[in-house]
Amino acid sequence: MSMSREHERPGSGPAPDTRHGSDLEAAKIAALPVRHPRRVRGPVGAAIVLLGVAVVVDVLVENKNVGWGEIGHYLFDGAILDGLVLTSWLTAVAMAVGIVLGIVLALMRLSSNPFLSWAARGYIWFFRGTPVLVQLVFWYNLAALFPRLSVGVPFGGPAFVSGSATAIITPYAAALLGLGLNEAAYMAEIVRGGLKSVDEGQVEAARALAMTFPQVTRKIVLPQAMRVIVPPTGNQVIGMLKLTSLVSVIALSDLLYSAQTIYGHNFETIPLLIVVSIWYLALTTVLSFGQMFIERRFSRGAPTRAKRRAPIPDEAVIA
Amino acid sequence: MVDARGVRKYFGSHEVLRGVDFAVADGGVACLIGPSGSGKSTLLRCINHLEPIDAGAIVVNGALIGHAVRGSHIVELPERQIARNRIGLGMVFQRFNLFAHLTAADNVMCAPMTVRGMSRADARRQALELLDRVGLAARADHYPAQLSGGQQQRVAIARALAMDPNLILFDEPTSALDPELVGEVLAVMRDLARSGMTMVIVTHEIAFAREIATSVSFMDDGLIVEQGSAADVLDNPCNPRTRAFLKAVL
Repeated sequence: MSMSREHERPGSGPAPDTRHGSDLEAAKIAALPVRHPRRVRGPVGAAIVLLGVAVVVDVLVENKNVGWGEIGHYLFDGAILDGLVLTSWLTAVAMAVGIVLGIVLALMRLSSNPFLSWAARGYIWFFRGTPVLVQLVFWYNLAALFPRLSVGVPFGGPAFVSGSATAIITPYAAALLGLGLNEAAYMAEIVRGGLKSVDEGQVEAARALAMTFPQVTRKIVLPQAMRVIVPPTGNQVIGMLKLTSLVSVIALSDLLYSAQTIYGHNFETIPLLIVVSIWYLALTTVLSFGQMFIERRFSRGAPTRAKRRAPIPDEAVIA
Repeated sequence: MVDARGVRKYFGSHEVLRGVDFAVADGGVACLIGPSGSGKSTLLRCINHLEPIDAGAIVVNGALIGHAVRGSHIVELPERQIARNRIGLGMVFQRFNLFAHLTAADNVMCAPMTVRGMSRADARRQALELLDRVGLAARADHYPAQLSGGQQQRVAIARALAMDPNLILFDEPTSALDPELVGEVLAVMRDLARSGMTMVIVTHEIAFAREIATSVSFMDDGLIVEQGSAADVLDNPCNPRTRAFLKAVL
């Protein structure tokens, strides 16, 4: 049927649609019940998944090499628990250093002062550009470069505090410097992305209300940026949890290194690696829940699908 | 109240304001009209120093906005003092710009608490009064995303009022609204004008300007081309460009 012919049929009323050779009429079929094939497929999919899980569990339980007895024995072993504490503590402190320094770097990077902005760029370039393993070993061996560390007037002026590098840079300090400073470079980019996601109009409105730059940042920009910052930061925390296992190279007994020490003696490699994995998974689960709660806290006012309600018209009574 | 002389503003090499003289008396309602790109919004944003000016002087409430005279020079003030200049100077934006993470009441409470150090209880009491004044007492605990455009703009007006201004700048306050929501915002503005508030309004609502303006300025290409009472400028324009513009919009 061509367009022109349609135009030649003035006032003939709605013509029955015969293009598909059918004569469907909505009125006739409207009362038929509706079936949803997709809802039938759901239980089938579930059955396949359950079967798969059952196979995996069966294989693991039947396999004597897994060593369930050893796993039970070492799960709460003193050395393992000490390693767990160190891993948790390193993750928390390194992330704290990374977040605080990352916010500072992000603000510097966005500053209109070109020196601050370029200093931040340089920092991010350097720390993202070198392997964190190299940074860790570097901090640990700082004494080879600077045998004595001092705080004082630069360019040969007097020193106020000074000490030997080996005494100041303990393995713990080296681990925190290496992990924290590296993390700051990544956090800076995450925070910068969050800050830039806040609409410029929000800043203008706050400035027009006589707020100063620190007030605008603290009350208006950061709370809204958090919605964008929190999810990738959760990723970073979980990444850091596992990144801390690198500290074994500078002789710190974290969770993984403690397990390695044990299976180095008794050769129960697989059971101990399973023990370690159980603990990493447990910590990751806790952190994921934490992330969920924090995300919920900062999504207030955001138009999510569940929250977006049609605005309620009001009887605008204006005196 | 507002006395602007010889205001010049460049965006890059483009001169947006080419030596504008503009004044509003205490209690006056000045409407700025003109084609888009004529510099009306820029002039408005210069009055509270959201846009720094490149030449000229703007005095509001007896203070040079954003600047100070030092010897034979005018110098720009540090950010903290510019912020202090803006106290008493409200602004309402085309896109409302309500703080998205705060409820309507918190939007109104934010500046008095942050800038003035008002207690939460006092700020809340004031916010509820102001929201009532714009007809939105029942929406105090709604987030901006849950409000219509007209409701958001009325909250924005309440937010500006919370800082107890003696001058409010309106930047095309109804341009982003659906036609049926324009009336409720204009009603609040009409009410404000009647209460004696000094207002500078950039608007395309010619009928509204005719109704409430004590002075109308027609801007074109970075200059105020014609200025006078609403009756003079809107009903008997003498400048051909004003005539052409009004013919096109009415």
